[in-house]
Amino acid sequence: MIELRGISKSFDGVPVLDDLDLKIHDGDTLVIMGKSGCGKSVTLKLILRLILPEFGEIFVDGVETMSLPERQMMDVRKKIGMLFQGGALFDSMTVWQNLAYQMLEHTDVSVPVIDQKITELLHFVGMDGSQEKYPNELSGGMQKRVALARALIMTPDYVFFDEPTTGLDPVTAGKINRLIIRTREEFGVTSVVVTHDIVSALTVGTRFAFLDSGKISFYGLKQNLRETDNPALREFLKDASWQERY
Amino acid sequence: MLEIIRKQLVKVYDYFTLVAKAFKGLFYPPFYMSDVLLHMEYIGVQSLPIVLLTSVFVGMILAYQSGFAMAVFGAKMYIGTLVSLSLVRELGPVLAAVVVTGRIGAGSAAELGSMVVTEQISAMRSMGTDPIKKLVSTRLLAGIIMIPMLVLIADLMGILGGGFVAYYTFGLAPTFYKKTIIQTLVVGDILMSFIKAVFFAILIMTLGCYAGLHVEGGTTGVGRATTRAVVLSIVSILISDYFVTVILLKMLPGLAYGG
Repeated sequence: MIELRGISKSFDGVPVLDDLDLKIHDGDTLVIMGKSGCGKSVTLKLILRLILPEFGEIFVDGVETMSLPERQMMDVRKKIGMLFQGGALFDSMTVWQNLAYQMLEHTDVSVPVIDQKITELLHFVGMDGSQEKYPNELSGGMQKRVALARALIMTPDYVFFDEPTTGLDPVTAGKINRLIIRTREEFGVTSVVVTHDIVSALTVGTRFAFLDSGKISFYGLKQNLRETDNPALREFLKDASWQERY
Repeated sequence: MLEIIRKQLVKVYDYFTLVAKAFKGLFYPPFYMSDVLLHMEYIGVQSLPIVLLTSVFVGMILAYQSGFAMAVFGAKMYIGTLVSLSLVRELGPVLAAVVVTGRIGAGSAAELGSMVVTEQISAMRSMGTDPIKKLVSTRLLAGIIMIPMLVLIADLMGILGGGFVAYYTFGLAPTFYKKTIIQTLVVGDILMSFIKAVFFAILIMTLGCYAGLHVEGGTTGVGRATTRAVVLSIVSILISDYFVTVILLKMLPGLAYGG
């Protein structure tokens, strides 16, 4: 389980997160929704300690990470796979090198075993035979699928998805959504999906959080989402006409 | 005003922290030797043609200008002395460093800056890798190895260029030119060239990487970071050259009188 307690974060004096509390339960696919710039991606980066909060504590599997030395934090990060918004594939490396990177870096696994795992993961994301391609030879959707394979290579306990469907056409977005669901089902990971795409949120999520004014103003299941009287969330949902779809 | 000073001091602190971490990264595994070799090839081998070309012509210009001036006083036999001392002590290290800054400092800033903007650096950290060790320490080591070699080659080629002009324009016999150089240069001069080259290598590699890793403002920021890396490196090279020269001449007093 991951738990955030009293997290506050500001940029250039502008508060983004203000005394935020959040729990991510094992086995869940928690969707964090909210308007652009409300601090959703910042929350993921804080959990990974890619940035530091001004106040608050973050626990990953019971370990308080804010006070951990950097070396030990690297071990915590190995438990978490992250799919960045733009994929963030290393553009000087081939798909194979991108996927093998973490295993070569942190394990003594032989190259044939790595090769086998890469083949399986590329099959899982529907990118068979793309090992020798460079990221700039792939479309945005393909890059995200390869990035998902890279996030899964170390068999993490948690996978974070930062705006996984942003900038994709509906067909490709649908493929990514199905992959997120299959990732939970086949790998048994706990997922956190940050998105403002409500269709995607409702498709993949098992639990939902709504981030507004630096705090989690809603936290619950899909049923609770339909019945919410939270005005900001109702307005957010209304704009996407989600009730007509579901 | 105080806020501006505070921000600048924070930047200086960040830079020296990066330098310290980059050096620390050289002493514990993984050492990323394949990355170091790639950077060595890029910094050393690929910079060689332009360093050769510029150093030969600088040597030729130096001999040409000084030859006419010295001829007035009947001192053109000292062309070899002037060319070799100027090149080995000053122009060789400084010019090679400036040329390398244009290629490598700018390249590092642009590459690392793009990696920041596209979240590749964040991805690296999220995968439990230290980006400073992987990206900066490897470049620093490659620069410290290759830039002094480039400088020594630049010194030699500049002297050869000067010899060419001394012979064809001023009629100095190559053996005489060579003899004046051997009589002039001492080990301390070569040492000064080498120490300066190492110092400039540290400046070029770390300032380029610092500018790249501290990109702000998306892709336009990458352009600004590249410009900043080149300007900062060249200014730092020229200013530090004075102080390094003064310190070395005090440490090696025999050099102050031209060997």
